[in-house]
Amino acid sequence: MTHASTSTSVPIATDGFVLHDEDRAAIANERDHYPHPQAASIEALKIVQKRHGWVPDAAIEAIARELGVPPASVEGVATFYSLIFRQPVGRHVILICDSSSCFLTDYEALRDAFFAHLGIGFGQTTPDGRFTLLPVCCLGACDRGPALMIGDDTYGPVTPEEIPSLLEAYA
Amino acid sequence: MSRILQDRDERRPETHPLTFRLNDDGTPVMLDDYREQQGYASVERAFRDLTSKTLIDELKTANLRGRGGGGFSAGLKWSLTMQGEGIPRGYIVCNADEMEPGTFKDRLLLEQQPHLLIEGMILAGFANNAYQGYIFMRGEYVDAARTVQRALDEARAAGWLGRDVAGSGWDFDIALHTGAGRYICGEETALINSLEGKRANPRAKPPFPGQSGAWGKPTVVNNVETLCNVPSVVLHGANWYQGLSQGKSSDGGTKLYGVSGKVKRPGLWELPMGTTGNELMERAGGMRDGHTLKTWLPGGGSTGFLLPEHLELALDFDTIGNAGSRLGTGLIAVVADDQSVVSLARNLEEFFSRESCGWCTPCRDGLPWSVKLLQALEAGEGERGDIDLLESLAVDLGPGRTFCAHAPGAAMPMASAIHYFRDEFERGVTRGQGKAHADPIPVGSV
Repeated sequence: MTHASTSTSVPIATDGFVLHDEDRAAIANERDHYPHPQAASIEALKIVQKRHGWVPDAAIEAIARELGVPPASVEGVATFYSLIFRQPVGRHVILICDSSSCFLTDYEALRDAFFAHLGIGFGQTTPDGRFTLLPVCCLGACDRGPALMIGDDTYGPVTPEEIPSLLEAYA
Repeated sequence: MSRILQDRDERRPETHPLTFRLNDDGTPVMLDDYREQQGYASVERAFRDLTSKTLIDELKTANLRGRGGGGFSAGLKWSLTMQGEGIPRGYIVCNADEMEPGTFKDRLLLEQQPHLLIEGMILAGFANNAYQGYIFMRGEYVDAARTVQRALDEARAAGWLGRDVAGSGWDFDIALHTGAGRYICGEETALINSLEGKRANPRAKPPFPGQSGAWGKPTVVNNVETLCNVPSVVLHGANWYQGLSQGKSSDGGTKLYGVSGKVKRPGLWELPMGTTGNELMERAGGMRDGHTLKTWLPGGGSTGFLLPEHLELALDFDTIGNAGSRLGTGLIAVVADDQSVVSLARNLEEFFSRESCGWCTPCRDGLPWSVKLLQALEAGEGERGDIDLLESLAVDLGPGRTFCAHAPGAAMPMASAIHYFRDEFERGVTRGQGKAHADPIPVGSV
């Protein structure tokens, strides 16, 4: 393998990970929007994450190769941004807004109700792999606080009583 | 999914340039509808009648001030962009990374009126001799991203973007860039780093982005709402725009104001710049039954607390600044009498601490420290000296100590909370002075 030499010095496994053809094409398309391919790093990570649910170590090097930038730079970006997941997450990621306007409209009660209902805290995934809970910066839905996102969907205001019915749509 | 809480009857072209086209049902105004309502007319006027210089002069006279929270004159910013012979054409970057706690105005414009933003960006490109625009949108605005992408495709197909824009012989295009979280991306130089595919650490200034920004080229970064104001200035002129504030403020134009917290009718309204807090609270129907107002933040988590009597002030940059706070984004968050200011300050500082990029020491180390102190005070386990320590931290986090405004933004609500509600903080002090907090580390011991 051409990358065997790096595997001894860098804790990144490269074996077995191949970018999907569609993802390679999507990354190439993004790259064309910018004067430098590095600019497509974040989008490339999001493209890989969309397919795999998260970004495994091996994908970092694959993206770096695809864009012609150092793996350390892609890794640096991947660990900086909160919406890039570097470990497996559930099928549905729940982002609960914990910023001031939701705080003022009883976010903490909603958060605690989620903890109790799912039996997990922030940064954890339910044992059945269905949900991961994370806090998120102000969602720009302050007129509907407390607000949250499940996958791509935004909800608010949400009361603790509504949690079971809200989650039904997400198998 | 943000909604404007004014009926279409009230929103007229002559008084509500940002929202008069919005549909009452919240569906986006796409190209055909937009064109029928003066859409892109300002671009036609600019190509016909204006130069870069005359457009920028018009904007300066209009006194359009940055709606992202800084309040810096947009015309002045544009006049400082390097352009001319031998200088490469650069970029217009729209800051659509709306994450300021309590702020939900750009979401409305992005989701419902994407062509107004595109029109504003074309004018910015024309005035600043840029060849490419980027809309840097936070990753969580999924619906907005879809709508804006559709609008970009429509505009390109109709000749408003791409080669030879509207037969002018001038090329300009716009791409949508979506982010992946982190509040710091809203800081303009951090945003540029993020756009370049790097970690979103701010950059040292100078050079300013107008001199050397994205990929080393002149770059203008403006907020969504700021750019959405430009078409009406260009179409109707600076005097008309000045008049929109109806003498309530020396600032021109209207503002997308909003209210969140325990009010009866939280939402958004387009009102003359300088509308008072009382008028805005009236729109919001006042506090919910059983609650009275204790304090409020005028425009986001990085603005200072004000008291109920300050609601009589005009909500503009200078007036709120003179009252010791900042207008910020102009969307107020209200705190009810039964809500703890100490807890809210703790929540705010947890936010700023988590969102610090970690580049500058006061911010990286000072914010977690302030969180620790606030948690202790909230739990009634504070030590004598903790409040003074918080005040001293607020000074160390203040302007001039860090590369960007993140730390000063974090210091402002904390310092003002202590200033106005010191008794609440003091109730959390139940212990004598402990060594860990009090003694500075002796020089040479580390």
